[in-house]
Amino acid sequence: MSILLSKDTTFIVQGITGREAVNLTRECLDYGSKVVGGVTPGRKGREVHGVPVFDTVEQAVEHHGAPVDGSVVTVPPAFTKDAVLEAIENGIKLIVVVTERIPRGDVAQMVELAGMRGARIIGPNCLGVIVPGVCKMGGIGGPAKDAAKAYAPGPVGVMSRSGGMTTEISSSLTAAGLGVSTAVSIGGDAIIGSAYAELMPLFEADEQTEAIVIYTEPGGRMEAQLAEWVKENHSRLPIVAFMAGKFMDEEEMKGMSFGHAGTIVEGAEDTAAQKIARLQSAGITVVERIDEIPDAVKQKLGAIVGG
Amino acid sequence: MRFFEYESRRIVELSGIPVTEYGFCTTAAQAREAAERIGGPVVIKSQVLTGGRMKAGGVKFADTPEEAEGHAAEILELEINGHMPRGVLVDPKAEVKQEYYAGVVWDGTAKRPLMLFSDMGGIDIEEVAEKHPDHVGRGHVSNLLPISDFEAKQTVAGAGVTGSQLNRATAVLARLARLFRERDMTLAEINPLAELEDGSFVALDAHMEMEDEAKPRQKPLLEGELEIAPEDTREPYEPSDFERNVKAIDSADHRGVIQGKDHGFTGNLGLVIGAGGGSLTLTDAVRSQGGKPANYAEIGGNPSVSKACGLAKQVLLKDGVEKIAVMMSIVSNTRVDIVARGVIKACLELDKDPAETIAIFRIPGAWEEEGFKILDRYGVEYCDRSVSMWEAAGRAVEKIQGATA
Repeated sequence: MSILLSKDTTFIVQGITGREAVNLTRECLDYGSKVVGGVTPGRKGREVHGVPVFDTVEQAVEHHGAPVDGSVVTVPPAFTKDAVLEAIENGIKLIVVVTERIPRGDVAQMVELAGMRGARIIGPNCLGVIVPGVCKMGGIGGPAKDAAKAYAPGPVGVMSRSGGMTTEISSSLTAAGLGVSTAVSIGGDAIIGSAYAELMPLFEADEQTEAIVIYTEPGGRMEAQLAEWVKENHSRLPIVAFMAGKFMDEEEMKGMSFGHAGTIVEGAEDTAAQKIARLQSAGITVVERIDEIPDAVKQKLGAIVGG
Repeated sequence: MRFFEYESRRIVELSGIPVTEYGFCTTAAQAREAAERIGGPVVIKSQVLTGGRMKAGGVKFADTPEEAEGHAAEILELEINGHMPRGVLVDPKAEVKQEYYAGVVWDGTAKRPLMLFSDMGGIDIEEVAEKHPDHVGRGHVSNLLPISDFEAKQTVAGAGVTGSQLNRATAVLARLARLFRERDMTLAEINPLAELEDGSFVALDAHMEMEDEAKPRQKPLLEGELEIAPEDTREPYEPSDFERNVKAIDSADHRGVIQGKDHGFTGNLGLVIGAGGGSLTLTDAVRSQGGKPANYAEIGGNPSVSKACGLAKQVLLKDGVEKIAVMMSIVSNTRVDIVARGVIKACLELDKDPAETIAIFRIPGAWEEEGFKILDRYGVEYCDRSVSMWEAAGRAVEKIQGATA
């Protein structure tokens, strides 16, 4: 099994005629994903790698003849909110928002409507979701042959605030013979649709997943929220975390943003040191070096089997 | 983007929240005129984008226009935390009965704006929240539904406020919450919000910050109402030549993104690294292994050869930089061969030997075979994904330490 996606998942691409979206569509089709339509207003009647293009999400859903499960939204920041609301109001339940530099107010609106309609948003500022060998929704992992190289099926769920690091970490898990159940690039913004703690119940319920790896950065309260969730829910899943951006704790770096829009130390709770302490207090292993992740996971899995 | 107090006051005023009559002045003579116009005792406040101006002597009281002129002349010359003031604000010294705090911030966990209100104004709200939690009212507002007055009322009541003060404060907080949402603020604070002797409420000081991403759609406010020039970006510090040059190279070409920062970096190992999370990981890995980065950088979104070359050149031109480490997390969009071409070109154009200058090249992923072929030709040490980011950073540090030892 997996979370969020399965072999039957159907999705559309909003903004499909854009340069990046054309590549992404090709990659997803090559990987075996079911891309059933695309939307770019004014471009109805075209095709992108055989995928029909429509003016509206409504037309795309109608053409498919059945509910569409998901949408990858890759339109300019000024139009993203409208595109996401359009997807939600047309019954789509899983929306991957690739676009970055969307104002927080817009993101909060999308997320609030999604909550009201029972839909889920991944991102913004993310690369999407991949279930190794089954389905890839978004640019995650790149071209199908590259994605196959980095992502093998296995027991580890991956959640990362960095799209690139999702693949780097998964690749090391694959090379170590572990593999990945589902990897989610959750997005690098201050407000995102699905934070770690909001995805944990899904991994918790997924039989394939036996351990979790998270990639984290300074800024925000997402890690504290995860630590609280783990404590309250007595999670069965061991978690290994890696914290990047420790240099941002230096005094002269305060108030500066690095890497992602949400990666900025604004308060005492935001620092790498504080977050590491909070994660550890919940029993989460925080590794110092990126290449220690696979061994730390093996140790945790070994402890479960042994116990 | 942070606003000066005089701008924040204007934003508050535009939303219908009462403010005292104030004057923004850039010369001592203007300050004198403002004090004359206001009449009576005034307060002269430095307009700087930093806290602690009271302690630093950036706030002074004057009973006469002459005194106001003198204080303004001093404050205009006073540097606070490395910032020279943009001007001074001349404000009547109000007869205050009680000081309150009204604020709106983002709650990233709830994903909604959070209203805060306290009857203990004038001091830092975090301090009040810690020591007197029963004096702080809190309430979330929706991002979609209209903000209703009752939501503000509940928050004010939550701080233990009642009577006519409750009704007056409710009107202010509701307007502040609407302003926060409509103007794309990340922080909107009135502190202190003053209750005057006649029972009316006025904002005596305001602190506003707007989300950078929303600046394009807030142009009418920024450029129209506040007359802020588009190039006035309010960075927390003056950008260096390196930072300015990298930015110029980035904007000259729409393909891909490069970024460079060197504020707070003084080392000898130049970093040509990416992408977002990769750069954070690699900068830590260099530092943890005893290396001293000369800069921070980010490469992403498949930049052109000239862009990659431009970044590498700027890094190599920095004082004290002897070698560069070219490293990224596995790439799927950015092409390995293009970055390889770019960094080699930078070395050659600066008459440097790529094999000596590039301490390590660790970018695995798209077009890596082509990239590695090019690197082979110039004798540059490279590695693929079997060498971790930590290990690659360690090799670069070893090389530079070997070179300087």
